[in-house]
Amino acid sequence: MTGFAPGTRVRVRDDWPETRGPAHIRTPHYVRGAEGTVVRVLGAFKNPEDLAFARPAPRRALYHVRFDPGAIWHDGRAKDGRGRNDLLVEIFEQWLEPA
Amino acid sequence: MMLQETDGERLLVAVRRLLEAKGIASTAEIAERIAITDRASPGQGARMVARAWTDPDYRALMVEDGSKAAEMLGIPMRGMPPLGVLQNAPGLHHLVVCTLCSCYPRAVLGYPPYWFKSAGYRARAVRDPRGLIAEWGTVLPETTKVTVVDSTADYRWMVLPERPAGTEDWTETQLAAIVREGDMIGVTIPKRP
Amino acid sequence: MNKHTPDQDPRRAHHDMGGVPKYLCEPVDMEPHALTDFDKEVDALRGILGAKGVMTVDELRRGIEAIPEADYHRLTYYRRWIRSITDNLLRKGVITQAELTAALERT
Repeated sequence: MTGFAPGTRVRVRDDWPETRGPAHIRTPHYVRGAEGTVVRVLGAFKNPEDLAFARPAPRRALYHVRFDPGAIWHDGRAKDGRGRNDLLVEIFEQWLEPA
Repeated sequence: MMLQETDGERLLVAVRRLLEAKGIASTAEIAERIAITDRASPGQGARMVARAWTDPDYRALMVEDGSKAAEMLGIPMRGMPPLGVLQNAPGLHHLVVCTLCSCYPRAVLGYPPYWFKSAGYRARAVRDPRGLIAEWGTVLPETTKVTVVDSTADYRWMVLPERPAGTEDWTETQLAAIVREGDMIGVTIPKRP
Repeated sequence: MNKHTPDQDPRRAHHDMGGVPKYLCEPVDMEPHALTDFDKEVDALRGILGAKGVMTVDELRRGIEAIPEADYHRLTYYRRWIRSITDNLLRKGVITQAELTAALERT
């Protein structure tokens, strides 16, 4: 059984399928290529990228991944609160690779 | 094609007429669906929060399985997306957003507020959460961690806010009455009036 | 490695709004903006189409995302929905263009 256990350091693939043709992507632009930590395995759900086009949609593992907003925005804005901020994003397994 | 120019109201009338003729969606079904949706409201979420504040076992269930916790209070969740509950604590505050569209725990809280769906909210929540919630007058200590949760997939998220001081002997009904819509999104914090 | 900062990335789809600078300074409109009958009917229609397996929420979203950027921002929330619903119904052959044209002429 493959998958990412909570605590695993992962990277979001720096891929942009929407530039290659019609696509429906639920991985926000701001985390593409970013590193984060798996917080929780949320379950398995039908791939929205396929559902959006009425294609057969296999179930894919969904993870809650924690990111550091300071690393993502690389500007002064995220420094309020002295960096004590987090971003949690639901990411499907096909977008994650070990960091 | 003409879709770009056609007024939304006209499109709705035309589409409704066609779907009724085809037996797909009748006027009665639409009315019934509106009535069902109208039953959900922030008050349902407030009841869950008040129960969690007074019952540690319910709090644990709410955090572990939000949908089951909602069902326990008579909120229908069958066929609905799973409910995720984000528990605030001293030094930890959550803020919910859907940057890609407007995902919201509708089965519990009802329709999302107008501002939740706006470009300003969607852009700012993940980048300047403190500045954003300051628009509601919410100021957090600098030592508090703000965790912004972007609803990008199947879960729908609500915040379980902290119970205000000075409410120790309050009933659940009294507690539920002070929990507002914004408290369960994270733009405000429950206050004792 | 992504060499763009997120807000500059030209590959970003226009609906993908997290952190996008041109919206960061918009003041938040906190007026309640009660839902109109139109809003509730569009919302209900989407729910019925979903419950009956005619159109998923994912297809709704895809249709909204396909709305050109200027129209996306010009159209109010449920006007984006009805446009996407109509587009999906046409694409899936649930209604035909001829039927829609005829029905519109009667409105």
